[in-house]
Amino acid sequence: MSVSEPVVQKDQVNAPPLPADVKAQITELRTRYPKSEAVLLPALHLAQLAWGGWLPDEAIAAVAAELDLPVSKVYGVVTFYDLYHQNPVGRHRIRVCTNLSCQLRGSEEIMEVLHQELGVGEEEVTPDGRCSYVHFECLGSCDTAPMMMVDETYHENLTPQRVRQVLQGLK
Amino acid sequence: MFEPVLTQNVGNPDALTLKGYKKAGGYEALAKAVKMEPDAIIEEVKKSGLRGRGGAGFSAGLKWSFIPKDKKPKYLVCNADESEPGTFKDRLLMEYDPHQLIEGCAICCWAVQANTCYIYIRGEYTKSAEILERALKEAYEGGILGKSMMGSGFELNMYVHRGAGAYICGEETGMLESLEGKRGQPRVKPPFPAVVGAFGAPTVINNVETLCNVPHIITRGADWFKGIGTDERNTGPKLYAISGHVERPGTYEHPIGITFREMLEKAGGMYKGGNLKAFIPGGASAPILLADQIDIKMDFDTVAKAGSMLGSAAVIVMDDTTCMVRSVARLAKFFNHESCGQCTPCREGTNWMELILKRIEHGEGTEADGEKLLSICQHIAGNSLCALGDAAVGPVKSLVERFLPEIEQHIRERQCPFPHRRYFG
Repeated sequence: MSVSEPVVQKDQVNAPPLPADVKAQITELRTRYPKSEAVLLPALHLAQLAWGGWLPDEAIAAVAAELDLPVSKVYGVVTFYDLYHQNPVGRHRIRVCTNLSCQLRGSEEIMEVLHQELGVGEEEVTPDGRCSYVHFECLGSCDTAPMMMVDETYHENLTPQRVRQVLQGLK
Repeated sequence: MFEPVLTQNVGNPDALTLKGYKKAGGYEALAKAVKMEPDAIIEEVKKSGLRGRGGAGFSAGLKWSFIPKDKKPKYLVCNADESEPGTFKDRLLMEYDPHQLIEGCAICCWAVQANTCYIYIRGEYTKSAEILERALKEAYEGGILGKSMMGSGFELNMYVHRGAGAYICGEETGMLESLEGKRGQPRVKPPFPAVVGAFGAPTVINNVETLCNVPHIITRGADWFKGIGTDERNTGPKLYAISGHVERPGTYEHPIGITFREMLEKAGGMYKGGNLKAFIPGGASAPILLADQIDIKMDFDTVAKAGSMLGSAAVIVMDDTTCMVRSVARLAKFFNHESCGQCTPCREGTNWMELILKRIEHGEGTEADGEKLLSICQHIAGNSLCALGDAAVGPVKSLVERFLPEIEQHIRERQCPFPHRRYFG
């Protein structure tokens, strides 16, 4: 590779287009900030939704191209934040709070139940692609501990039985 | 009898709508405020003694007064990144009374003459974000926000900005970096955000609860506000989020300075009638207090004097079945995960603290580990750009200082003496 061929630009040229609705939403978001770079976090949320819950390289390149940012810069942001995923996730993403308040009220048992019921380890996807689960930092629901977040929904005051019911409801 | 102030609309579903909120007296404070001189509002808030409810406890009015008058643009960033373990009070305020927050933000914007407000909300709070978005839409349609705030001719735009899962973005300059689309790594201060903040412009950053107090101060006056609390340095109503081994965990509103004993009683006492062993008075960053400190007044200065901090007033209660090593190991794991990696003492130190505490918990600790933990604490404290490093030190140092026999028992018996599950995390 010669110095005159910056990788960043090459990637941006090859980036697939963002879905039209994502592009339209980004255009609207731009009006809210004095600099378009500020749209990066919201844009990544939108792209992740469009790509089925995670950000493959092409999604990252597409966002970078849309906002005219170096791909390396977008990677830097993606790897910094817990809610962006660079690997495939299940159709349903389960996050179990295991921080202190939840730990005191039984979150460790909830993790063990998920392991038993789903038969895979943390961050792995079930063979049918249905679920993946991770332990997570405090989700701000300590008064209803133990709790977990399934996709965007909080499930609170969990018991092993309640966890099994929730899992059964996930298609 | 103390009447709730900040939570007066909780349980009134009508308050979610603009109409319902107005019916309950909402937006009267803003109507009053726009007829006041901006400086008069700052003076009133200063006089009230309102201190930041996010953790640092800095005077809100004083913060506002640092904003230069002659510069444009200016911003308000509302810190709704509530991520301090044990804290869930701001979520309640946003989900049950979103207009109260919008009104508080609007008054602040008028006071410092900022035409744009971003409500930076943690990415996980999707429900709160949706509720706020709906309320904002109504506020725009109702002429409260937009080109002419309440017909005053003052333009105010307010937006919800979602984070993406990073505790450090609750640190004010980390938040600004994140808002600008970057990794949330704190900035070198000075310059302070009041001078160089969001997009290089003067910026006020206040916590959700802090801003929710503002409409009430404007309506009922600084003297009323000062009449609540311990003394003139600890004023106003306060939300306490109590969790862990209590019978009825939840967010409770009390006059600031209620004793921990009273607060615990109001939350139904200890879980299943257990015995109090220890409690954390102000979120994961606060040093642990012991059962014999049960009568402590829960205000900024009294808790600080006791060697801890009120922080976000997230109170985590532990009964005598609790293994302190395991509990603090979990907090150490949190800080290690959340350290942004910018400053070496914090990045490396939090990692070592987690490793050592876990090995003690797993029965593999060595005699020297207590000393080693203290030495690491000493090397982190005061040696990083932001407060995360110091926060990480709080619980660990208090563990070694106050629960050394428990650490030694783990090491001597080569196992955790408390019943526990295999999973740790």
